[in-house]
Amino acid sequence: MTLSEVVGVDGIAGDFNVTVKESPRYVDVDKCIACGACTEKCPKKVDSEYDAATGKRKAIYVKYAQAVPLKYQIDPNSCIRLKKPGACGFCETVCDAGAINFNDTEKMHQINVGAIVLAPGFEAYDPTEAGVWGFGTNPNVITALQLERYLSASGPTEGHLIRPSDGKPARKVAFLQCVGSRDENLCGNGYCSSVCCMYAIKEAVIAKDHVPGLQTTIFYMDMRTHGKEFDLYLERAKNDSGVRFVRCRVNGVETDGVGGDCRLSYVNEDGRQLEEFYDLVVLSVGLQTPKHVLELAKTADIKLTAANFAATSDFAPVQTSREGIFTCGAIAGPKDIPQSVVEGSAAAAAVSDLLAPARHELTSEPSFPTEKDITGEEPRIGVFVCHCGSNIAGVVDVKSVEDYAATLPDVVYVERNLFSCSQDTQDMITKRIQEQNLNRIVIAACTPRTHEPLFRETLKAAGLNEYLVEMANIRNHDSWVHVQDPKGATAKAKDLVRMAVAKVTYGDSLRPISVPITQKCLVIGGGVAGMTSALNLAEQGFEVDLVEQTDTLGGNALHLKHTWSGEHVPTQVAKLVDKVMRNEKILLHKEARVSAVEGFVGNFRSTVTTKDGKTKVVEHGAGIIATGGEPFTPTEYNYDSITRVVTSVQFDKLFELKEQHVKSARRFVFIQCVGSREGDNMYCSKVCCTHSVQSAIALKKENPERNVYILYRDMRTYGQRESLYKQARKLGVVFINYELHGKPKVSEAGNMVAVEVWDHVLHRPLKIECDLVILATAVRPKVDASDLGKLYKVPVDGHGFFQEAHAKLRPVDFSTDGMFVAGLAHYPKPIEESVAQALAASSRAATLLSKTSVSLDAIKATVDENYCDGCALCVDVCPYHAISLVDRPEGNGKIIRVNKAQCKGCGLCQGTCPKRGVFVAGFTMQQISAQVQAALAV
Amino acid sequence: MLGTKKVGSVMIVGGGVTGMQAALDLADSGYYVYLVEKSGAIGGAMAQLDKTFPTNDCSM
Repeated sequence: MTLSEVVGVDGIAGDFNVTVKESPRYVDVDKCIACGACTEKCPKKVDSEYDAATGKRKAIYVKYAQAVPLKYQIDPNSCIRLKKPGACGFCETVCDAGAINFNDTEKMHQINVGAIVLAPGFEAYDPTEAGVWGFGTNPNVITALQLERYLSASGPTEGHLIRPSDGKPARKVAFLQCVGSRDENLCGNGYCSSVCCMYAIKEAVIAKDHVPGLQTTIFYMDMRTHGKEFDLYLERAKNDSGVRFVRCRVNGVETDGVGGDCRLSYVNEDGRQLEEFYDLVVLSVGLQTPKHVLELAKTADIKLTAANFAATSDFAPVQTSREGIFTCGAIAGPKDIPQSVVEGSAAAAAVSDLLAPARHELTSEPSFPTEKDITGEEPRIGVFVCHCGSNIAGVVDVKSVEDYAATLPDVVYVERNLFSCSQDTQDMITKRIQEQNLNRIVIAACTPRTHEPLFRETLKAAGLNEYLVEMANIRNHDSWVHVQDPKGATAKAKDLVRMAVAKVTYGDSLRPISVPITQKCLVIGGGVAGMTSALNLAEQGFEVDLVEQTDTLGGNALHLKHTWSGEHVPTQVAKLVDKVMRNEKILLHKEARVSAVEGFVGNFRSTVTTKDGKTKVVEHGAGIIATGGEPFTPTEYNYDSITRVVTSVQFDKLFELKEQHVKSARRFVFIQCVGSREGDNMYCSKVCCTHSVQSAIALKKENPERNVYILYRDMRTYGQRESLYKQARKLGVVFINYELHGKPKVSEAGNMVAVEVWDHVLHRPLKIECDLVILATAVRPKVDASDLGKLYKVPVDGHGFFQEAHAKLRPVDFSTDGMFVAGLAHYPKPIEESVAQALAASSRAATLLSKTSVSLDAIKATVDENYCDGCALCVDVCPYHAISLVDRPEGNGKIIRVNKAQCKGCGLCQGTCPKRGVFVAGFTMQQISAQVQAALAV
Repeated sequence: MLGTKKVGSVMIVGGGVTGMQAALDLADSGYYVYLVEKSGAIGGAMAQLDKTFPTNDCSM
């Protein structure tokens, strides 16, 4: 439901009545085929929201080229006709589909749902009002989102980086961090927006790729690149791309002269006042909750934090204050894409926990007529030539293509359609297939990437096997690219149709493969992540085997006291353990590990071996790896030899036990990044800055007379944690920045410990004599992670953490289907992120486990027993490990076997096979050969 | 307060990456999903981005 907003929420969890207001689109989505004729004629231009006002759009427009739904809409605030009845109306005149409806009205819908997920997102901070950066007055001061559009090939300058003031190429670009973040004076947003450091680095690197020789400088306070692989990216930006980083806050931008040059003045780390000039200044704007989301929160009656984000618990990070209403994404605090995607899945898991009894109640499988058997029938091919409005017909002589198609062998029926994809044409094609007794279909239209699924459904509806259709792409490959050469384009369209007809002639009915699913999950690791996954799946109704290496549940959380927001970890962990122990659907294997694995998605068989050597085979459809991480044991700062040098976890215990030499101590020094962000361990452990700040606050609160120092490289109290950093500074905790090349030196000094560090503010070495040094130690991956990875054929990254399938869009999936990852096993993270990831892994697993079987595409490698001689060349090239070499059943030599569940139909095996022993269904040698011969025949 | 009635449908408010992921997961695990989007098309903020790190993949 687009152009729609929630305006009322009544009822309770499990049974809500939601009122949704749908604004008029003024374009009938069933008729609009997105040909674009309306936009071409529309005389009204306004700023494009999509291009962040760097470009223009018309009053009738589609949000962006790849929009879903790809349907036009009229903006009533700028449309001439809607503002003045009787005026303009050009769009209506040119719309062949008759889709324009100026009389469209607002509609109200009452919808009954069991749960609600709020995912309304954020808005970028608008720097206009603050004034100091010259945004809005100097055109060469832009926001990062605007730069994103300038750098995009689909943006206003098609990826050319220019100075907006005069269109000249930009040579020198400055990025200013924390605009609208970590700043209560100018914008009131005290929190850190979490994502801007990383996006600024990315934009600087990409801008340099676009403009050779471009100079880029990022002015920052702390580089907060705390996510997975982020520090490596930062190092590459510094060392390989040559992005310059300057630690300082630039407080203003002045326009220099008439050319729009930007003058920045700042004080560098040596205390010198400097002035620099730039062609372009990019403001790294922060994220904030928009007004309409505040209204939504009010409508939904959920509580917000002081920073206007949805209030959630660290142990239930997607649950709002109102039962049955969940959140995901930036509404509950600024976050990046992977974390937002994780929370999307996590919210789904939380909903599923609530609504599991009603699963499958309101969904239905579409039904189709019985499929016709075409075995032995002569080919009777139907060709449908699409005009695509004027997209194809405006260039290609479609009538001549139609006449030509009718002359091709086995073609018995040809027809032209204005839009082959429109619903009425679909119905018509179905009718023609039945009337004309067609058994092969060619659609000469656009790309199979977007439209093949649609035409497959059309064939199914006509009782024909869905694989008996072939598309000839006479739009993207032809009319669009040969717009200047209509004659050539028409000839090419004929070639493409001839090829498609040749291929489909040899097409066969193919059956999708159905693989049964064992509706059980195996969770490896009994820490917070593993327990959360197991419990969620069990509460969704699935049986779970939970494997824990030690004799205790709880994992690393057993060493933690408080989450960043102050929730008591031991209480919450105890509750979680209790729930897991009581749940009848969870079978716990303590002091056990997985020792062998067979099978594939839906059908894994894992051998679980206990400490005393007993083994048990667990059958499961999906698996979650949540094996956690390990605390790093420091090798520097004389940790080995000085007893007064401790790790943060050791300090927590001493502090809690009120150990005398901690209780009476007056001076404390925390050293950050011990074992993180250097050498082979170029990653941030993410939790240590916040941990040290929390400990420092506790020390100061207990006794304000104490001196507490934190020696850091970049303070990474990201998101709403920034309030802790602020509180610590207020309480008088002293923060001293050090660089990697000037690490602090720790030595024994009588009863005290001496810490030497270079002070960048005072510009001299500083010697602090203290009672205790606390090392903020790194989180390391489990040493045996890669062994477990090998069993399930899932990879670990260069640091030893498990590698997800896609850093952004599949953050908890492995590339091996049916396997998922959560918690520290994936990367260091705080509890609420572990919990969210654990829920996400459950949700992803549940998408499999909720089905009894999974239907796979029929385009799969198939062995030809007559030709395969077991040479096994294809085994090595298969990227999905789907092919294995086995003994022939008759006992005479070897043959390959394809696991259809693992095969993706890529065809590498077919290309490699020297003997035609393997082929991909739907792409047989006969089909391809016919197609190639047709291409060459004139 | 939790009622005894459980309706097997869910409303997702917002069609950005996070909302779409929630919608897909829920639809794939047996629930009827209403995806409510304020603007004319889903995609959200990510659709405006040119490329994403660390791989510099196209955001589309």
